[in-house]
Amino acid sequence: MSIAEILETMSYGPAPESDKEARAWIKSLGGEAKLFIGGAWKKAKSGESFETIAPGSGEVLVRIAQAGAADVDAAVKAAAKAQGPWAALPGHQRARYLYALARLIQRHSRLFAVLESLDNGKPIRESRDIDIPLVARHFYHHAGWAQIMDGELADREALGVCGQIIPWNFPLLMLAWKIAPAIALGNTVVLKPAEYTSLTALLFAEMCQKAGLPEGVINIVTGDGATGEEIVRHPGIAKIAFTGSTEVGRRIREATAGTGKGLTLELGGKSPFIVFDDADLDAAVEGVVDAIWFNQGEVCCAGSRLLVQESIHDRFIARLKARMETLRVGDPLDKVIDIGAIVHPVQLERIRSLVETGVREGASLFQPKAATPDAGCYYPPTLLTGVHPASTVSRVEIFGPVLVATTFRTPSEAVELANNSEYGLAASIWSETLSLALDIAPKLKCGVVWVNGTNMFDAGVGFGGYKESGYGREGGREGLSAYSRPKWLAKAAPIVEKPAAQPNAEPVSTTFVDRTAKLYVGGKQARPDGGYSRPVVSPSGVLVGEVGDGNRKDIRNAVEAARKAASWSTASEHNRAQILYYIAENLDARAGEFAERLAAMTGRRRQDMAREVAASVSRLFSYGAWADKYEGTVHKPPMRGVALAMNEPVGTLGIVCPQEPGLLGFVSTFAPAIALGNRVVVVPSSSQALAVTDFYQVLETSDVPGGVVNIVTGDRHALALELAKHEEVDGLWYFGGAATAGAIEKASIGNLKQVWTEVVQRDWFDPRLGEGREFLARATQVKNIWVPYGE
Amino acid sequence: MDVSEVVIEGPSGARSLSQIRNSGPHPSNPGIAFSMDPVEAVRVNLSAAERRVSALAGRRTVKKEWQAAWLVRAIECIDLTTLSGDDTEGRVRRLCAKARQPLREDIQAALGLADRAVTTGAVCVYHRFVSTAVEALEGSGIPVAAVSTGFPAGLSPLDTRLKEIEASVADGAREIDIVITREHVLRGNWQALYDEVRVCKAACGPAHMKTILATGDLQTLRNVSRASWVAMMAGSDFIKTSTGKESVNATLPVTLAMLRAIRDYREMTGHVVGYKPAGGISTAKDAMAYLALMKEELGNDWLQPNLFRFGASSLLADIERQLEHYVTGRYAAFSHHAMA
Repeated sequence: MSIAEILETMSYGPAPESDKEARAWIKSLGGEAKLFIGGAWKKAKSGESFETIAPGSGEVLVRIAQAGAADVDAAVKAAAKAQGPWAALPGHQRARYLYALARLIQRHSRLFAVLESLDNGKPIRESRDIDIPLVARHFYHHAGWAQIMDGELADREALGVCGQIIPWNFPLLMLAWKIAPAIALGNTVVLKPAEYTSLTALLFAEMCQKAGLPEGVINIVTGDGATGEEIVRHPGIAKIAFTGSTEVGRRIREATAGTGKGLTLELGGKSPFIVFDDADLDAAVEGVVDAIWFNQGEVCCAGSRLLVQESIHDRFIARLKARMETLRVGDPLDKVIDIGAIVHPVQLERIRSLVETGVREGASLFQPKAATPDAGCYYPPTLLTGVHPASTVSRVEIFGPVLVATTFRTPSEAVELANNSEYGLAASIWSETLSLALDIAPKLKCGVVWVNGTNMFDAGVGFGGYKESGYGREGGREGLSAYSRPKWLAKAAPIVEKPAAQPNAEPVSTTFVDRTAKLYVGGKQARPDGGYSRPVVSPSGVLVGEVGDGNRKDIRNAVEAARKAASWSTASEHNRAQILYYIAENLDARAGEFAERLAAMTGRRRQDMAREVAASVSRLFSYGAWADKYEGTVHKPPMRGVALAMNEPVGTLGIVCPQEPGLLGFVSTFAPAIALGNRVVVVPSSSQALAVTDFYQVLETSDVPGGVVNIVTGDRHALALELAKHEEVDGLWYFGGAATAGAIEKASIGNLKQVWTEVVQRDWFDPRLGEGREFLARATQVKNIWVPYGE
Repeated sequence: MDVSEVVIEGPSGARSLSQIRNSGPHPSNPGIAFSMDPVEAVRVNLSAAERRVSALAGRRTVKKEWQAAWLVRAIECIDLTTLSGDDTEGRVRRLCAKARQPLREDIQAALGLADRAVTTGAVCVYHRFVSTAVEALEGSGIPVAAVSTGFPAGLSPLDTRLKEIEASVADGAREIDIVITREHVLRGNWQALYDEVRVCKAACGPAHMKTILATGDLQTLRNVSRASWVAMMAGSDFIKTSTGKESVNATLPVTLAMLRAIRDYREMTGHVVGYKPAGGISTAKDAMAYLALMKEELGNDWLQPNLFRFGASSLLADIERQLEHYVTGRYAAFSHHAMA
């Protein structure tokens, strides 16, 4: 086109980024990429390989090795061999390696960016300006954690070999999110990139060689889901970290159940984007662009559900449509492109078919007039209006550039609609009224909230979801617990559940008036639904008493009562502290009676049992103390603004107490949970259940609101399984034998609740082990609320 | 002039922009009756505005012949300016000569534009030099713009300012750049601001009025957006950022806020208002960023000199060198281009 002609049209013209260096690098792979195991490049023993394509053009870039069982085994062995010495290095030495990786990534940033765009289809602007800088930042930040680990995480140590499985939407960034914290804390890694996007992981492996990283610390095995399964099932792996679909996340939860493997899942989302009538509407429109047309909408936290206040709906949608007309779709390596290529034809087909479903179900479709390239894998920016909460496209994660819009009338309706999803990853709130935005943010059930912004990330700010968006956080201090564990665990002995003692012929003591221990549900003592009772028998066979034999309906009732007691979660910390102290006061007043009861059930001396009661009173005081002291953090990400990390209760928590100590084990678990605002359904020790049924009166006299603490006695295994299966239960703690632990982990996949199973013996009497931050962290999930500011 | 004499015209129907361009160099904004509604409705989020402009720098770029064309367009949108205490008639004549032939002839020919009358958008001077510039530009069609309201502070008596406008128009200025009383904005005296701009507009008569908001003094985007609205309601044909004398001149976030006000005003009234960033835009790269923002936020119509101007003095020199580089492939020397 001549300059004179361009002066008439004032068009942009192409601005291609050269891919010469990236192609030269791909050529250096020799037609088929190898695996990176034990610091060396190995041909896959499986002998299999597959093609990887450039979605922008559809051309085949190179063949990728398909790692099989033997290859994964070799990688795990290399990682295991490296792990001890790696963890034994001084933190400073590990920090130097992470620092070197950060610098190497920056030095080769353009090669990484071009390669990423070529392989994934994302616009070069994004890989260059967003992905790669965040990758480098992640390694810098975690170099720091390696450096100060000894002081800051003095009681914790590395887990061992971590198996990490990452998605194709942010290939190198997800690699960084997984690898940096793992190796910073002394773990070693077997990582599998997604089969569509292996290349930058392989380039990263070259950087590890350049950095002189010890052999085996990082192993990269390429392959598809079958390779991932090999990693998940490998017995040498201590922890699985997975980012990807909720469906695969469920399968991994099932496969790792009962293996003792740690697990963090960062899964799907259907994140709401809430626009109030007092928002800067243009800012919000641009926010939508960054929410759903960033990375072609292939973003787990994409703001894909637009909720607009009814009064501004038409105006907002008109502006949004006008904005959509200026979006440019095309060659990912063109610098003037907003939306690149969809990663793979399979994904493109999924998007097409879901949009068709949306239209069939009555949504109105809008796509801008601007052309979408015919060749390659492209899909235009798409807006579906007139969508209802019941529509398929409102519920299902599309993972493409498709926004669905609906309206709300009031702030509380916005919250209801926002939370009406199985997912809970992220949310955006748009309002120029800070008091409104900060009122809404804590009410949203999700791990990340952006106020007047969207898709902001930083290595120092935890990221991760609530509900079926997974568990665990990545980034910042919040993310470190996923890659470390308390040091004492390694030496702890397993719990062996003894068979219940059988009552001998001796009759029940007749010195008391007969007492009937019922269940405790919704603040009232309730008869068990089944109408059966169970004996509580001392080790010598004395029938000490009988408790209700709770069943699944009792669990249902208890969970329902806990759900209704939601106001406990928003009660003031001071208020919760007062009640915990009051419980302690009332327990202390009856200390003698409890000691006696414990002595009867355990057959031990009354003085010893008095010690347990005193420890329980002290523990209640501890959590009264903690209730208003377990505070969040104010993060300072690199921007003008703050990210408020708030510790929020998990919600309705199931607790299966340790068998012993009966009273202290109960107090040590329910108290931290309710101190931080959870409502609990407790299954107490079966052999010492009467200590807990006696506790009903303590609760009743201590102003504990009904439904905050619910107690169901009965068969621990069966009740634990009911809690695991119940989809209104948000989290489950279990202390006991390994067999039940495995079963409940497997049963938890329905709503992917957070499960904490501890199958080793803990010294509950030692305050360093029996109380404190470990419990408080388990009782909460971190929500990060990003608040950029400025006038 | 008494404010009560000003005839306030109601909103008229929108004219298409091509009609406007064909009917003369400038659209004219008759203004509308004062209303607080749009002023109070202003919502502008600074962080979001900054994100928009910083992301745009990575989202939009022009290369090769597109870049050359855009640079030529930038020249055509420059108000080539001298506003110094030491200005003389000789200096102004030199500036006018440069405005007539901003590009070296060989470069213009190499760009394939030998037949095109490439000139700057206007020449901008103090009132004192309007007649000099008019004479020097005779026959070129290049308008003379005058800063005529007690520039740059705008604090001389209103009568004096109005007389200065009338004198500049009488001397042949076709464009008048006025400055507002910042105090009206800072104290929220929106009606006073409206009245002031309104009488200035009346004094301009047939001349085109650009209203300088002195955004560096207004400080916040909220103030900038509100002042933009009042200036447009009062009949400004252009809104302009700065005198070039404030400590902060044109910026992209301020531009974004003003462009969105222009768009909203047009949506509400059908009247079209132009935009002029001034001060601190000195590189070809800066100019490209502004053009891209105009195109993205308001569309191609605002990439024409009748709706878009750069207030700049040193920008042209950098653009010339970039264009020479485009033609020759070599980085150019300042001394190879005629100075203004």
